[in-house]
Amino acid sequence: MILPPADPNLETHLSDKPPLHDDTRFAAGKIAVFQYVTVAVFLFLISGFWRLQVQNPEFYGERAQQNSIKSVPILAPRGRILDRDGRVIVDNHSSFTLLLARESLKEEHLRPIAQGLDLDYTDLEARVRRFRSRPRYERIALKAEMTPADLAFVDSHHDFFPELVVISAQPRLYPQNGMLAHVIGYTGEISEEELDLPEFAKYEPGAVIGKFGIERQYNDWLMGVDGQQQAVVDSRGQVRQVLATKPGIAGKDLQLTIDLDLQAVAELAMDGRNGAVVALDPRNGEVLAMVSRPAFDPNKFAVRIKTKDWKEIRDNPDNPMLNRAIQAQLAPGSTFKPIVALAALETGTIDDRFTVHCSGGVSLYGHYYHCVEKHGHGTLSLHNAIVRSCDVFFYTVGNKLGIDNLSFYADLVGFGQKTGIDLPHEAEGTVPSEQWKLRTFRTKWYAGETIPVAIGQGALTVSPLQLARAYAGIAMGGKWRKPHLTKTLDQADKPVEWGFTADNWKDVIDGMYGVVNEGGGTGVRAQLPHDEVCGKTGTAQLASNDFLKGTAAGQAQNMKDNAWFVGFAPRPAPEIVVVALFEHGEHGQFAAPIVRDVLKAYFDKKDRLAALHQQEVAAGFPRPLAPGPWPQF
Amino acid sequence: MSRYLSPRDIDWTVLIIALFLCAVGALQIYSATRDTEFQSAWWKQIVYVLGGLLLMWIAAAVDYHTLLHWVPTMYAGSVLALLVTYLFGERIYGSRRWVPLGAGIHLEVSEFVKLVIILLVARYLADLKVDVLEIREVLKLAGLVAIPTVLVLKQPDLGTSVSYLAVLIAGAFLAGLRWKYVAAIAVVAVIVVPVGWQHFLTDYQKARLVSFMDPERDPQGKGYQLIQSQIAVGSGGMFGKGVTKGTQTQLRFLPVPHKDFIFSAFAEEHGFAGVVVLLALFFVLIMRIVQNAQTAPDRAGMYICMGVAALLLYHASVNVGMVVGLMPVTGIPLPFMSYGGSSIWTDFLALGLVNNVRLRRFVN
Repeated sequence: MILPPADPNLETHLSDKPPLHDDTRFAAGKIAVFQYVTVAVFLFLISGFWRLQVQNPEFYGERAQQNSIKSVPILAPRGRILDRDGRVIVDNHSSFTLLLARESLKEEHLRPIAQGLDLDYTDLEARVRRFRSRPRYERIALKAEMTPADLAFVDSHHDFFPELVVISAQPRLYPQNGMLAHVIGYTGEISEEELDLPEFAKYEPGAVIGKFGIERQYNDWLMGVDGQQQAVVDSRGQVRQVLATKPGIAGKDLQLTIDLDLQAVAELAMDGRNGAVVALDPRNGEVLAMVSRPAFDPNKFAVRIKTKDWKEIRDNPDNPMLNRAIQAQLAPGSTFKPIVALAALETGTIDDRFTVHCSGGVSLYGHYYHCVEKHGHGTLSLHNAIVRSCDVFFYTVGNKLGIDNLSFYADLVGFGQKTGIDLPHEAEGTVPSEQWKLRTFRTKWYAGETIPVAIGQGALTVSPLQLARAYAGIAMGGKWRKPHLTKTLDQADKPVEWGFTADNWKDVIDGMYGVVNEGGGTGVRAQLPHDEVCGKTGTAQLASNDFLKGTAAGQAQNMKDNAWFVGFAPRPAPEIVVVALFEHGEHGQFAAPIVRDVLKAYFDKKDRLAALHQQEVAAGFPRPLAPGPWPQF
Repeated sequence: MSRYLSPRDIDWTVLIIALFLCAVGALQIYSATRDTEFQSAWWKQIVYVLGGLLLMWIAAAVDYHTLLHWVPTMYAGSVLALLVTYLFGERIYGSRRWVPLGAGIHLEVSEFVKLVIILLVARYLADLKVDVLEIREVLKLAGLVAIPTVLVLKQPDLGTSVSYLAVLIAGAFLAGLRWKYVAAIAVVAVIVVPVGWQHFLTDYQKARLVSFMDPERDPQGKGYQLIQSQIAVGSGGMFGKGVTKGTQTQLRFLPVPHKDFIFSAFAEEHGFAGVVVLLALFFVLIMRIVQNAQTAPDRAGMYICMGVAALLLYHASVNVGMVVGLMPVTGIPLPFMSYGGSSIWTDFLALGLVNNVRLRRFVN
């Protein structure tokens, strides 16, 4: 075997170890430690991913989705509110509402946002704090009715304030100058107290709901169902992709029985006065006009009322928020007399030949009761007693009738109970009776207490609407319909009926005709030449005049008597009843012109439409008549 | 000596893994920057990688002993460059890290200084030629490393400055620092850290470090990045949402998904499976470099390779640990994947150093 020559260097290679201190073997152990550390570090890292990706992917997946998928509400417009002829009373207008998306809110942004949008910082901060306990996806409505400047601010600061979200909204546009304010009411953001009511349980915080009047009564009808848009948004809140759109369902229109023409006349007639006007169609209970003064501007409430405006309304001593037409509870005064007369005739307490001599007052139960006419009316029949509103006559009749009969007939015409009109917060008034006195004061009724009740004073209180309903039923010969404000909804109700003896009824109606149309009648100011207007004045004392005479308080405006007038026409077949309450108007005769104005507007319109229709018929192109109470020719 | 140099001898395993990581990185950068102002980043990154390959070859070609010879000059130059950066650097995201070189190129000096630190540590420790490191020598070396470290910390760039210390610590450990000194250094650190906390860290750095302990405490503030990153990673699940399908990445909930949080974006779109593959590749890469250290012809070569390994281990663990909340949020890039010329070039230069040592392993 031939071996290759030995490598001369082989020996040295093997023996010639590298210089002692430059070999790397000394570090082999340390390098191994480094390797183990590396393994440990990587296992540690893997464990981190294991925990997130394998153990909790659903949790983080959900959070990723919450991050990126946002639902933006699409606000459904409320239904419009129309008058009986289909004219728009309340509409919506397009505007933009600014929302604060709390999930991306940074607290330090609040101050610049408040500055940029002209909002009150402390108020804003308080609202954010109030929402703190609520789920984070709930947004705060920062500002409704954004101005172009607001929009520009939000748009140009999109990257800085991703929490600002602009959505389009259709807030309410109400009539100006408080017209129909109490009837229509207003909308507003649902309050925390309201959220607890069963009536509003289905609404989310931030929802705009009807708060008062028709808006509240028919909220479910008027309110649409908000839609929703689900969209993928990026970290700046910009929509990248729309996933799903659930369109909103607009609210339904609501047609009222209100006639804007009559309403406008009634509003004008009450201009500068406090009180109320109610016009009813006695045939079906439809409310044609309803005014309450002083009024408020519902536009200020449309979404969120400013604190300053609310204070102004709240602190007004005349209480503009009170709907006097259904909430005032005042003595009806002499407007109660026709009811007393009817009661006396029907019960047979008196007959149509009954007379009373009025010498300016009468002494009953040891008390001297004054008549409105100091010098006396002389000897009066029932007819003249109504025409001239003689108190002595009705003191005498009331005394004969007794409180039981009086309260029975007051009850019958609907006093002391809600009329059931489709408005919230109706007051029921008071009808005094023996039981009422026992129940309320735990004392028995004294016969002397009956005397003032007979002229609509004492504990008897009614609202203008109750009075209108009572007269409407009497005008219809004893058939009372429930007053109502809407045509859209089914208002079929069973009328309350009472058969009056025709002669008795005619005597009272004739008396009321005399009030307006005979010399010496207290309501001649309500006269209309061609329409047979019947009516009755009322001058209701706020306190005993005897006591107040001569005192400074007695002269003050707010202690002056309330003036009432109830009128209906035409006498043979009444179509309209109008009640006017003129607070502190001193005498019923001053309320009469208000009623006359409304009645005149009604008959003028009727004549105008009839004439127009005849022209159209003559021209051969009759238009179908607008829906309304107008007779179909 | 040059006759030993042949491209066939470079560490192909390391290079292929590195290039694969770069490719995954470029794809992830593409996915994360679609329709943003950074949408051209992915091809720029490819250009950087190609430039990096060239730099790697250069770093491999010049004998590392020659490089070590020039360490004092490089060290002085580094300190000077860091001073220039500190004084005249361009402020981006609140820290001065970049030196504008004109033509839109910004150089991140502190990245390249890492290599100088590796060489410095290697030269210093190799020159000692002792098997047990005296504490005196450690302190001297530490003093040398401290100057650039403080300069970078003041930029402020906590992550990078700590990376210098990582190289120093790895070197000192390998050089035979006794365990009692390790303990002593630990005690000193306990004393120094609160002082450094008070005097050297900015509020922002402190807040980021603290928020890592409890990210939910301030979800909209400092904890935001970490929470979003965890959501991204966690929502990726086992197999991920797919390239360009990650909502956290695509909708910008994830901060800088093409730079510091690229691994988070990757984890969201590729899931746990992708994460395991990628981490395995990083692990193999580091282990291969350690192997090169084991076969190094001399101590200097060993220190250089281990320095690179330690640097990569530090970067990978701190960056990847950060995205899952195991490490505090410090702005350091993920090697070979995060977008950025300076960091890519530094990574390839480091590979060049490893190959430099490898190509000369049979010298003796």
